[in-house]
Amino acid sequence: MRELAGLGVSPGRAAGPVLHLAPPPSLPSPAAVVSAAEERDAVRRAVALVADDLTRRADAAADPTAAEVLRAQVLMATDEMLTDAAFAAIEAGAPAPHAIAAVLAEHRAAFEAAGGYLAERVTDLDDLRDRLVAACLGLSMPGVPSPGHPFILAARDLAPADTAGLDPSVVLGLVTAEGGPTSHTAILARTLGIPAVVRCPEISDISDMSMVSLDGATGVLAVGVTQAQATAINAGAARLRQRGADSTGPGRTADGHPVALLANIGSARDLTGDVEGVGLFRTELLYLDHADPPSEQEQVAAYTAVFSALPGRKVVVRTLDAGADKPLPFLRQAAEPNPALGLRGLRVARRDPGVLATQLSAIATAAAACEADVWVMAPMVATAAEAAEFTAVCRAHGLPTAGVMIEVPAAALRAGAILRDADFLSLGTNDLSQYTFAADRMCGDLADLLDPWQPALIALIAACAAAGLEAGKPVGVCGESAADPGFALVLAGLGISSLSMAPRSIPAVREALAAHTLEECRRIAKAALAADTPEAARRALQKTI
Amino acid sequence: MPTRTVIVGSASACTPAPPPCFAAAAKQPVAVTISTDNGRKPVPARSMLGVLSLGAKQGTAVTLEASGEGAQAALDELAALLARDLAALSPDAPSLDASDA
Repeated sequence: MRELAGLGVSPGRAAGPVLHLAPPPSLPSPAAVVSAAEERDAVRRAVALVADDLTRRADAAADPTAAEVLRAQVLMATDEMLTDAAFAAIEAGAPAPHAIAAVLAEHRAAFEAAGGYLAERVTDLDDLRDRLVAACLGLSMPGVPSPGHPFILAARDLAPADTAGLDPSVVLGLVTAEGGPTSHTAILARTLGIPAVVRCPEISDISDMSMVSLDGATGVLAVGVTQAQATAINAGAARLRQRGADSTGPGRTADGHPVALLANIGSARDLTGDVEGVGLFRTELLYLDHADPPSEQEQVAAYTAVFSALPGRKVVVRTLDAGADKPLPFLRQAAEPNPALGLRGLRVARRDPGVLATQLSAIATAAAACEADVWVMAPMVATAAEAAEFTAVCRAHGLPTAGVMIEVPAAALRAGAILRDADFLSLGTNDLSQYTFAADRMCGDLADLLDPWQPALIALIAACAAAGLEAGKPVGVCGESAADPGFALVLAGLGISSLSMAPRSIPAVREALAAHTLEECRRIAKAALAADTPEAARRALQKTI
Repeated sequence: MPTRTVIVGSASACTPAPPPCFAAAAKQPVAVTISTDNGRKPVPARSMLGVLSLGAKQGTAVTLEASGEGAQAALDELAALLARDLAALSPDAPSLDASDA
């Protein structure tokens, strides 16, 4: 048995055969066509294979929109025009994969020239080309494999498009060669409760169907486990998950000090388990894939779905967090040299206040018809003046509780001034790390700087918590750091009043809090604040508990 | 050969679903082709790739062609569908009630 080291980003153990996410195929240099009939057969076989595979995926897709896209792709794959044009290209001397690629390139150009909605669908054509070419060349289908049995998914890194339909009952664990603790892979894994290891470059050398086990807490991967070992590991993991699912109730320290445990969600679908409310309702999902902003009516329906599921509970809605780093077509933003430092979050309203006004109006309409306690907050606030302006706009829309996210160090340093107008603060520790350490969240090589245990980050959190205690206003944390049970103790000790995280992370944090008094948490926080390195801060925690 | 030119009608919203004119074209007893004045060859009305690649938008004039028995009726049906709503041709803009198409 061989051990590989990586960075654990989603706790839990899993074992099974590893399968790599197949990269898109590249076309070999074209060989002379020996038999046109054979090439035509290759096209027919590829079309049949891809159409069957896509149909199977459409039948299995839980999301109706995803199923519709897949069925539309089936119609394109089996289109007589595609086959006829490919046959013509074969007559002209092209091998089957080149013929298909050339025909689809023509349609791609036509889609792009048409603009609008069609131009946005070129990715469907590209995906179809990759699939047909892979089928012609006898390669595995690009994308997440669907072998019909549970497996460990390996990849260089995962993009949102790869993981849209990821099923946690089939994908037992994730391991990537690249990525970091706040990369898409890590966030997705925690949301779905899939154990994950990132930054494990050696995984690229492990062949498909090798039996591996991984530990998402320690980051260790074992290659060459037996079937019996794998079964035991998965059974143990299932028992632990069950124990977590059985834990319920509000967040409390051992002596009863409340620390609300809230959920980070993107839609009503993400609400699982026992939560006291929602600490971060990301509204971007509604806007993705839209050529125009979603109508107010459409937004009211989506917000109502969440609010009505949580009568009497708190729901903190974050207004649209988009920008050049998360581009939305209707904002028509020019590419920026530093998108993370550009017009994103609340800053979009400087140029386009209408999008925010429509959203606030939709939130107010949905809130008025439901019994949830609806709070609103703006992302990427840098100054007290921006906070004051945002809270004024919210109140004008009839939304009484308005706050801001603290992601920019400038805002953390002026937390007291911001709280003169804002009703609450919510710390987005992922972005706060990125901006405090000038380290891109997606840059795995800088993962050590993005460690939430960094003393500078803890100092900024402490300053915000102190400002909240002085103003008598709540200060919560909704970044990934809140999901670390040890760090949750530090946060509680600093005076943070709520922790918001992926619902699946809540049970472990609930248990950690329940095992310590507030006084113990304060001692842990004090030791972490006094530490000079993240390692020393973690050691201080170990010593204190 | 019977032909019919219609101006594509209007509508709103987006869906990745295949345009309803395929279903209608596939049911016709004759092969119907469709073209715009962009100088390219007419495409079969039941080809999803072909019709999408026409890039027809609201207000585009499209010409339908068919021959043989039932050609007139086929053209009548598809022309009515297209004039009523772009959704029949392109998913760019489906009708308020796509089920009627």
